Amino acid sequence: MIRLEKRKEPSKVWRIANPFLAVALTMLAGAVMFAMLGKDPVVAIRLIFFDPIFSETFGSYSRPQLLIKSAPLILIAVGLAIGFKANIWNIGAEGQYIMGALFGAGVALAFFPAPGWYVFPLMVMAGAFGGFLWAMIPAILKTRFNTNEILVSLLLVYVAERILAAMALGLMRNPDIAGFPGSRDLRRYEAAHNAELFANTGIHWGVVAALIAVIFAYVMMTRHMLGFHVKLAGQAPRAARFAGVAPARLVIVCLGISGALAGLAGMFEVSGPGGQVRIEFAAGYGFTAIIVAFLGRLNPIGIVLAGLLLGLTYIGGELGQMMLQLPGAAIQVFQGMLLFFLLALDFQTNYRLRLTRGVRT
Amino acid sequence: MILGSINPAVLLAALMVAATPILLAAIGELVVEKSGVLNLGVEGMMIMGACVGFIIAVNSGSPLLGFIGAALGGMALSLLFALLTQALMTNQVASGLALTLFGLGLSALLGQKYVGITPPRTPKLDLGVLSDIPFLGRAVFSHDIVVYLTIALVAAVWWFLKYSRAGMILRAVGENHDAAHGLGYHVKRVRVLAIMFGGACAGLGGAYLSLIRVPQWTEGMTVGAGWIALALVVFASWRPWRAMAGAYLFGGVVVLQLNLQAAGVRIPVEYLSMSPYLITIFVLVLISSGKARGSLNAPGSLNRPFHASS
Repeated sequence: MIRLEKRKEPSKVWRIANPFLAVALTMLAGAVMFAMLGKDPVVAIRLIFFDPIFSETFGSYSRPQLLIKSAPLILIAVGLAIGFKANIWNIGAEGQYIMGALFGAGVALAFFPAPGWYVFPLMVMAGAFGGFLWAMIPAILKTRFNTNEILVSLLLVYVAERILAAMALGLMRNPDIAGFPGSRDLRRYEAAHNAELFANTGIHWGVVAALIAVIFAYVMMTRHMLGFHVKLAGQAPRAARFAGVAPARLVIVCLGISGALAGLAGMFEVSGPGGQVRIEFAAGYGFTAIIVAFLGRLNPIGIVLAGLLLGLTYIGGELGQMMLQLPGAAIQVFQGMLLFFLLALDFQTNYRLRLTRGVRT
Repeated sequence: MILGSINPAVLLAALMVAATPILLAAIGELVVEKSGVLNLGVEGMMIMGACVGFIIAVNSGSPLLGFIGAALGGMALSLLFALLTQALMTNQVASGLALTLFGLGLSALLGQKYVGITPPRTPKLDLGVLSDIPFLGRAVFSHDIVVYLTIALVAAVWWFLKYSRAGMILRAVGENHDAAHGLGYHVKRVRVLAIMFGGACAGLGGAYLSLIRVPQWTEGMTVGAGWIALALVVFASWRPWRAMAGAYLFGGVVVLQLNLQAAGVRIPVEYLSMSPYLITIFVLVLISSGKARGSLNAPGSLNRPFHASS
């Protein structure tokens, strides 16, 4: 019979190979799903994973989109991964993303139509602060009242969504256009616009921030004491306490960093690609970033690759909707499957399949 | 003035209906957690139940078949979780999240042709004279059968956990899986069965939303009900009757909030509709901070993977 045997040490080979294997399996399962939907599976997979980058016809539009979609995912996932490493589960990045957008847009709308250079930097700070503040709610409730941070951060997503709707319909509504929900278009307010830095590349300030965050996280996790504490707290909480790691402070720091980064992502989105505070502004980046963090092995460099891949599924998904009338939800299923396969394959990292003869002892 | 326009009997009746879906999901998750497993996929299983139940009920014309299908749908998804966490030893938190993300996507995909359709009506139970009792008749004895079956289910789970031998084994497995394994109990088998039960309950809860409470199918229609059910288990400190009390309390908040909206209170709808989530958080804080009570009641092996190494 088959049984699992615990490895003495986690297998490094499988740790790196599994994400690639998971992607391959997801493509296979996805192809089956597309076939069941009555679409040519080969065409569908090619349309999602290859055409956005390599096709002559779509490439010029899609390639810059890749960075636009991937940047918020990478920015959020880098922060989440630090917490996940320490066993601190911030699942409410979507809410922090929304609050960052609202704080950033709030500053812009307050200054409108002042042309000052200082507007955008202030928005950046406000966006990070908004996400940070929203993440502090689960952090403080956890450290002060021992409340589960998973549930609180998640429930706060629904609260943030309601605040977003209230803002789009009320306080932040564009006073110049009567009757329509939604704020002024920040893309038309130059001092507040997160514009493309180089034409037709998709590179905006959010991409730059994602890059900085990746480097920052990499240095922190490999060179800094804080990174060591994070890893220690995740792997051996008791040892961490003896080593002088204050669990409460770690919770505040981890949730604070991930909240601020999610807030930044929201702010760059609302002032750039998104453009305005609308009821349907949130696109689920906060949840997809969880998949990005796991697929990237909680490692900053891995997260960049995973972020690019999941960014690609968004663009490919839109292309599939346009060209093949693929349902939009198919991409969501796709992303869910990816996480499933990755988790399922990961048993190989810690366990070895053994064929044993005779009865189990 | 505003509250005066709300009929208490109608309020009580609506409260029981509003509480039923989360109570169903919560009582299932309570059993799962009692066996030592934390399944954060409740939201995903609920939405799958809502979707599958709706599709089957519409196509067959039978709400009963819809509910059965919803239970099976939730259970099928929970088996995926069981496979991951029990056979492949994956992280329970991550696997539960995967279940929710996957369930939300799959239900949106399956249900897209069913948006805007009305499902077959579930008849109210005819309770004869009971329904004619003033006040109580309207408030308590005027519901569909699922409301009463849910209460019966709470009683059954309470009895099962407290008095039955199987329930004792389940609690032992959840409290200390190594000791339970040492005594010769099948830790994994017990947990897989508990996970399946939780999935079926969550599926039923979802179907109650789409077939009776709303009744309609829209993408993502559970809007956090599964997460509230998870919070409810903590609130109940893993006790069935307290879960019911919590669900009814929550149902009261939801209904009151909806009534205030209808009565035209001068608070924007968006702020009123966030109150159920805020109150859930508030209650979580109250329960968790009482150090001596709440959290101490959690099953000892909750969220700890079990691997028989010897």
